[in-house]
Amino acid sequence: MSGITGFQLWWWVILPYLALATFVIGHIWRYRYDQFGWTSRSTELQEKKLLKWGSPIFHYGTFAAISGHIIGILIPERWTAAIGIPETAYRWFSAGAGTLAAVLIIIGVAILAGRRLFVARVRATTSPVDWLALILLAIVIVMGIAETIGVGLLGHGYNYRQSVALWFRGLFAGSPDVRAIAHAPFLYQLHATAAWAVIAVWPFSRLVHAWSAPVWYLWRPFVVYRSRRATRPNEPGTSGRRWRRIGVHY
Amino acid sequence: MRIMAQVCMVMNLDKCIGCHTCSVTCKQTWTNRPGTEYVYFNNVETKPGLGYPARYEDQEQWKGGWTLDKKGRLKLKAGSRLKKLASIFYNPDLPGIEDYHEPFSYDYAHLITAPAGTKAPSVSTRSALTGREMNPTWGANWEDDLAGAPARALQDPNIVALPENAAEKVKLDFESVFMFYLPRICEHCLNPSCVASCPSGAMYKREEDGIVLVDQDRCRGWRFCVSGCPYKKVYFNHRTGKAEKCTFCFPRIEAGLPTICSETCVGRLRYLGLVLYDADKVLAAAATTDAADLYQAQLGVFLDPDDPAVAAEAERQGIPHDWLAAARRSPTYALIARHKVALPLHPEYRTMPMVWYIPPLSPVADVTTAAGYDDADADSVFAAIDALRIPVEYLANLFTAGEVGPVRMALRRLAMVRAVMRAHQLGTHPAIDLAEVGLTEDDAEDLFRLLAIARYEDRYVVPPAHAEDAGRLLAQHDLSGCSLDTEGGPGMGGEGPATADVTGFHLRHDGSSDASVAGRDGHGRLHLRVAEHPSPGPLGPAGAGGTR
Repeated sequence: MSGITGFQLWWWVILPYLALATFVIGHIWRYRYDQFGWTSRSTELQEKKLLKWGSPIFHYGTFAAISGHIIGILIPERWTAAIGIPETAYRWFSAGAGTLAAVLIIIGVAILAGRRLFVARVRATTSPVDWLALILLAIVIVMGIAETIGVGLLGHGYNYRQSVALWFRGLFAGSPDVRAIAHAPFLYQLHATAAWAVIAVWPFSRLVHAWSAPVWYLWRPFVVYRSRRATRPNEPGTSGRRWRRIGVHY
Repeated sequence: MRIMAQVCMVMNLDKCIGCHTCSVTCKQTWTNRPGTEYVYFNNVETKPGLGYPARYEDQEQWKGGWTLDKKGRLKLKAGSRLKKLASIFYNPDLPGIEDYHEPFSYDYAHLITAPAGTKAPSVSTRSALTGREMNPTWGANWEDDLAGAPARALQDPNIVALPENAAEKVKLDFESVFMFYLPRICEHCLNPSCVASCPSGAMYKREEDGIVLVDQDRCRGWRFCVSGCPYKKVYFNHRTGKAEKCTFCFPRIEAGLPTICSETCVGRLRYLGLVLYDADKVLAAAATTDAADLYQAQLGVFLDPDDPAVAAEAERQGIPHDWLAAARRSPTYALIARHKVALPLHPEYRTMPMVWYIPPLSPVADVTTAAGYDDADADSVFAAIDALRIPVEYLANLFTAGEVGPVRMALRRLAMVRAVMRAHQLGTHPAIDLAEVGLTEDDAEDLFRLLAIARYEDRYVVPPAHAEDAGRLLAQHDLSGCSLDTEGGPGMGGEGPATADVTGFHLRHDGSSDASVAGRDGHGRLHLRVAEHPSPGPLGPAGAGGTR
């Protein structure tokens, strides 16, 4: 790993690992000590008309985008090449399907962000850490859309599978390819940086609700009974956050 | 046969004066917190009226409760589980805050901070959601005592569902209007659709006493319980993002005390007691084809605690002996199953509700007296029941899915008991045939004891939870943590004061109670002596006021 500046090492290796560590430890801590604060924090009670369109469009668009990232970043190019998919074909698929997801997300984010900014009832429910998470998420999304539509669909394309993806997968293999990301276009660097920031903030924000997707509901019996089971008492000194202090603004 | 015990409530609507004391004490106990301003675990509605939230009874709009699919099997009215998960980002059946009311307070500081001037300063309403000035346009008691009824009451779903000739009997002009009050809490159903709707599995029914609760730690705020409950008695806390509901005052019930709404009921119209039921029969009963048969089907689920076979099987299945004894003395079982004067609220939702109502007879008596009849004359009262200002059909839409027979029979029984007991008191011997309404002399006296004398210890027969289970019971509900242990609260940092639990809490026979509570660290004992007098009433000590 010659020719790497200290800054590059810091920015593309140490910070991602710190974010990853925060993500893991933060989730364990929050899950153990703040079950009461772990919620999707729905604002449908306060506002329904905009949420009706914004929320499903955004979430389903996000699912499409996440699938796209799995295909594009986690699956190595040589695997798709091995089953006979040439880079140009992949790129057109990536640009096409990615643009569809991007359009959905643009519409969803526009509605949801407008709602959060301009509907007073909704704005009042947003905590500072949620603002941070949502702003970071907005940066990630805007950059991602610029890459997908601006570069992939309308521009000359950029084979991120030979740069960003190598670095990203390398982080998990223990040998991140710093030069690959360091020489990527600024757009992709910003997208990746903001994404790591979101990862770091994730466990402390409302984004944790993503891990509570109640798929188990499909199989469980309808009526849940509970009897007097012995459970461990609270650990000393960890009474945990239960209610917000009365009188404190959101 | 799987025998389960259910703590259940009966309310005698004849006695409700709509004073809202139950709502106030309930609110002070459970929901006087930010985020629950609009939440009423207990509320009192004037009927006819839209209720709270508005028109909650119209399940074609709100899709609460259960329905039958084409093959006659139970399914949630809101749709399949898959459909719910797919619509988790926007629940189409959730009431908006406008259907309840935007919570508000007043800008009291203005009274002090207003600049000197010639006009007295006045306070304006401020939304608890936004802090901005707002104009209330609807609320929990907006239509109290029929306020605004000429404009809105005809939208009452129970009136909309009336056949035309009965709907014509509903008059809203001043001279001929009718009304009564309907206090409502969570029904703690045998087949709860809120529990079935919860994607997280955070809601549960307690095996021991049937109380339905929300696990605040497992709730993820998916809000399908709110729309799944046809009675709209699960609410969304807009600050915590979690669902909350009527708890049946479980800490009091566990200690053998009545719920706070019952305890403070001025009209003494609430009854609490155990009902034993066969859990294996619940689903079949809830899936009864004709909704009009659901009342009878639910009666068929209950078990007679006086039946030796039932008692033996219940003990074998682990129901404690004192709970069986309490079930035999249960006023709710007597009113529901033995005398059949109490009826379920909206059985057509197929949730098998467990808060039942004795339909109001008083307006009938008013009519007969006004017409110059003697309300002790059962025949004239019977005739009046059908000419009632409250059309029997309206009551039937509330209590028996439109089936008039049980409502009429319950009212006749109430009328008959009045006539018989009045004759006893006056020493007259009118030709009254109790068998006409299927009662015996003993039944009439039992009803008189329960409904007219209504002593504290007859109204509330609540066996305490078993102390040997108390530690585990306490661990089951996390809400019992010290309320001072909030961030920056006085309990932070330390272990907080000891939580009074049911371990050492026992009512004495004189109604007071002792609780010795050890601090969590084993030190610092705290001795509580709680006075819990069963009110002797204005006529002196209990017993003196009774007739026998």
